[in-house]
Amino acid sequence: MPKLTIDGIEIEVENGMTVLQACEEAGVEIPRFCYHERLSIAGNCRMCLVEIEKMPKLAASCAMPAGEGMVVHTRSDKVRRARNNVMEFQLINHPLDCPICDQGGECDLQDEAMAYGLGEGRFTEDKHAFEAKHMGPLIKTMMNRCIHCTRCVRFIAEIAGTEEMGATGRGGYTEIMTYLQSAITSELSGNVIDLCPVGALTSRPYAFSARPWELRKTESVDVMDAVGSNIRVDSRGAAVMRVMPRNHDDVNEEWLADRSRFIWDGLKSRRLDRPYVRKDGQLVEADWDEALALVAEKLKSTDGARIGAIAGDLCAAEEMFALKGLMAGLGAASLDCRQDGAALEPSAGRAGYLFNPGIAGIEEADALMLIGANPRRDAPVLNARIRKRWLRGGFEVGLIGENADLTYDTTHLGAGPDSLAALIDDENYAGQSEHPMVIVGADALARPDGAAVLALAAKFALKRGAIKPDWNGFAVLHNAASRVAGLDLGLTPGAGGQDAAAMVSGGVDVLYLLGADEIDMSGLGETFVIYQGSHGDAGAHRADVILPGAAYTEKDGIYVNTEGRAQSGRRAVMPPGEAREDWKIIRALSGALGAALPYDTLEELRAAMFQAAPVLAELDSVPQADAGAVQTLAGQGGSPSSEPFRGGANHYLVNPILRASKTMHDCVAASETEQEATGTDA
Amino acid sequence: MLSDQDRIFTNLYGFHDWRLEGALKRGVWDNTKALLARDQDGIIDEMKASGLRGRGGAGFPTGLKWSFMPKDPDADGRPNYLVVNADEGEPGTCKDREIMRHEPHRLIEGCLLAAYAMRAHAAYIYIRGEFIQERHHLEAAIAEAYEAGLIGKDSCGSGWAFDCYVHHGAGAYICGEETALIESLEGKKGMPRLKPPFPANSGLYGCPSTVNNVESIAVTGEILRRGGTWFAGLGRPNNTGTKIFGISGHVNKPCVVEEEMGVDLRELIETHCGGVRGGWDNLLAVIPGGSSVPCVPAEQCESLKMDFDGLLEVKSGLGTAAVIVMDKSTDIVRAIARLSAFYEHESCGQCTPCREGTGWMNRVMQRMATGSAHKHEIDMLLDVTKQVEGHTICALGDAAAWPIQGLVRHFRHVIEERIDEYTSNPADAPVAAE
Repeated sequence: MPKLTIDGIEIEVENGMTVLQACEEAGVEIPRFCYHERLSIAGNCRMCLVEIEKMPKLAASCAMPAGEGMVVHTRSDKVRRARNNVMEFQLINHPLDCPICDQGGECDLQDEAMAYGLGEGRFTEDKHAFEAKHMGPLIKTMMNRCIHCTRCVRFIAEIAGTEEMGATGRGGYTEIMTYLQSAITSELSGNVIDLCPVGALTSRPYAFSARPWELRKTESVDVMDAVGSNIRVDSRGAAVMRVMPRNHDDVNEEWLADRSRFIWDGLKSRRLDRPYVRKDGQLVEADWDEALALVAEKLKSTDGARIGAIAGDLCAAEEMFALKGLMAGLGAASLDCRQDGAALEPSAGRAGYLFNPGIAGIEEADALMLIGANPRRDAPVLNARIRKRWLRGGFEVGLIGENADLTYDTTHLGAGPDSLAALIDDENYAGQSEHPMVIVGADALARPDGAAVLALAAKFALKRGAIKPDWNGFAVLHNAASRVAGLDLGLTPGAGGQDAAAMVSGGVDVLYLLGADEIDMSGLGETFVIYQGSHGDAGAHRADVILPGAAYTEKDGIYVNTEGRAQSGRRAVMPPGEAREDWKIIRALSGALGAALPYDTLEELRAAMFQAAPVLAELDSVPQADAGAVQTLAGQGGSPSSEPFRGGANHYLVNPILRASKTMHDCVAASETEQEATGTDA
Repeated sequence: MLSDQDRIFTNLYGFHDWRLEGALKRGVWDNTKALLARDQDGIIDEMKASGLRGRGGAGFPTGLKWSFMPKDPDADGRPNYLVVNADEGEPGTCKDREIMRHEPHRLIEGCLLAAYAMRAHAAYIYIRGEFIQERHHLEAAIAEAYEAGLIGKDSCGSGWAFDCYVHHGAGAYICGEETALIESLEGKKGMPRLKPPFPANSGLYGCPSTVNNVESIAVTGEILRRGGTWFAGLGRPNNTGTKIFGISGHVNKPCVVEEEMGVDLRELIETHCGGVRGGWDNLLAVIPGGSSVPCVPAEQCESLKMDFDGLLEVKSGLGTAAVIVMDKSTDIVRAIARLSAFYEHESCGQCTPCREGTGWMNRVMQRMATGSAHKHEIDMLLDVTKQVEGHTICALGDAAAWPIQGLVRHFRHVIEERIDEYTSNPADAPVAAE
């Protein structure tokens, strides 16, 4: 624990800290461009130079280990001059085109220039000029502005793990690029935009559309996957202009997956902005009274046993709770929140469907088995956490399922349940790890024999020693943001009820789809379909009545992520047109049915919901679930088929908002051309 | 003047056989086994006693450098490495080249001894990519040494296992910087690392490493055989031993020569190089230590001691002891501008002051060379060199700054005259001789 003096402040810091970190501890701000706490140290911008007594030269504080007895000066004339000088160097070849630069207003270079700029340039030579580089549909480049801090290169190499960016050339002619000007393939690429301290890398879809000071910032939660990444929704007037990550050390650190970041154009297209009813085979515009009356009449005239409801992947807990109440009032037991047929159900206990070790817990694990899971596809940010753990070394990763490139080394142990069963029976297979982790993914569960696979996985986890008094390494990786809340609220078939698969193959006469689009509509036959949701996707096309709902940026709602962490999403903008918040629609419908649900405000609804599922009330905490559930699952048996685990749809297009986004379709196109260009599939 | 019996490099000119047979005749590999029987710390102490200062330019005491290496490399399982810097790219410098061409065995023997002293079992010689014949000779000599059992599993019968590898660079000046050299050796882009950690803690492949210049290593054998006091007896205190000087430029017979440290510059030039072209009075200036050090004007050259301290007194440096002699026909502004262009071209681009500063300095220097500048820009240029100097990751920034500082210090009037000339008649501005 070295003790040092910084600008006269004595401070004791932890071993291994740098002088820059020590300065931060002491409350002394050090300007920096290249330094970033989550990336390796480059020490190349030289902005953080400080004076350390007894050292002949100024030291780069970001790279200098804090030493016992150091006396650091950060405000001396020498330091100030050095910063002025570095600033001058940064700016001589910088185009100073702030008025037309998207980074304007949130630019580190701009801010530091205010503090350390000389005000007047002495450089009268011609500036360097570089051509913009192609980096795909998400990242817009203006390489004249680049200050070569290499944050982007380090992010792509270290965090994203795809090593596709680098610097070519030398000296002042150094250029940052993807060597062959191919699109970046990483699914975390958007983060380089945030990391770029200048306007060299900016968001292509957001280009020239807003200035940061015009935007209203709403802190919310992402729903594109089940990680529950913390986001900030930036809106102007009625429009979401962009989505940015927020820091949450236990969830997404400060990263955000591309599909979560660039989703916002999907919020503006293909929107359902008024109710529709089907007349003579055609959907025609209707008003709320007409639509609700029609639905109420249909529901009233149908036997409860012939009514079913499916909640989709993006639903907040509130509307699912309301839907459950509505169905209960109708005497309908056919209720399901697992439209993909994932074999997860709440009866065994919460630990049976949660990512028990937690996302931050990945860093404590020392071995990992992936069973039918592709975290890179289903939860890119979580995958980065696995890579982070893997980089530290001593972390074997086994994989059963599709052998995908996950950005870290894996040992492919088989393709399907057979391999898993064989591994359990193999007496010679014994791990030595203290904290093994078993991740079961959607590929393993969303199949007819999913329950048997889940039981096998639980058995494997027990055999492998993943369940200990102080460690539960059994981890279910969900791919739907609504799923855990749905299971917590018990949106599964009641006694005599049908599951999603039965409902969509003619098992019911009236089917209520709450934002459920990823189902096969062809088997519905004559079923009367009520679709409540935000986008004109598969469900709306098939619907007999459309009730326009709100997207996740347009409503307050609680989402529970894959580790069981309840987080609160907030409304950033109003739903378009006549669309309404979803719980209100269901509440209104219950009124039309003459059996009004017992709450009139969101607060009342939440109070009732928290009573039914107390875990939802504990916002941003992860109550430890009883590991006995894994034991129970393991005992359930069943015989899995020998079908290998198969991967799901393109991860850019897994929900209606993503499918409505032009940017996402551009990403798909870019990744396809990239594959052609590299000729990997011959 | 160095007497013949004190000469270490007896085949510097390649008049004799460079191969093993010839080397043995000249006393290389003479009872190396006995040297390897000595205590390792004893060898390091002997090197300290010799006062040998690194011959790569910075002049850091070699024995002291060796003593930084962990004494027990098995403690944490990381081996020690010796890395030999044969990336001789400093303009004007061509001393290591002669060693590798004509005295490769001296280098290999030195590698073995240095590696033994530092408890290293492997040495990597990083040789400049443009050195083709030198590489061939070195590789052939290493093969001979293996063949003769001088190095290998049981080097010279001493029981010490030692392997020697030659790696050739790809033509970047910056790879001569020790940490950039290590990066390049590891297969990465040659960019200097931040220090600390120093290579002795974490160098090649993250293991303790020492990077030494070819000449420093090549003299090791003779120092150990003849004793540190012999070496210390040559030259002046703190500037001991012999040194290979390379004299180029406007002398009648440019040459590479081994001389005693602290030799008089005039003696060096007149004895070995046939004097300055047009006579001593025709001397304008010298750059005494390779392109990186400030020039020294003729008036200071009269009794200039060619060693580290002697040149420090005239605010220059010994560097690699590559003396670039310029007579009065030289356009000194243009000469230094050419060096600025070199440093801009060779800056790795990693850290801001060097990346931006070398380009800025070069562009101003090119204008100064034609006179297309303002006089106040001279001070601005000097200011920029100070902004670069001492603020960079490695010493390339300093190396780019110093020649300009030397120029302004001694030849400011030349720049001013050039500017006046240009300003008075811009259309007919003098263009420096093509």
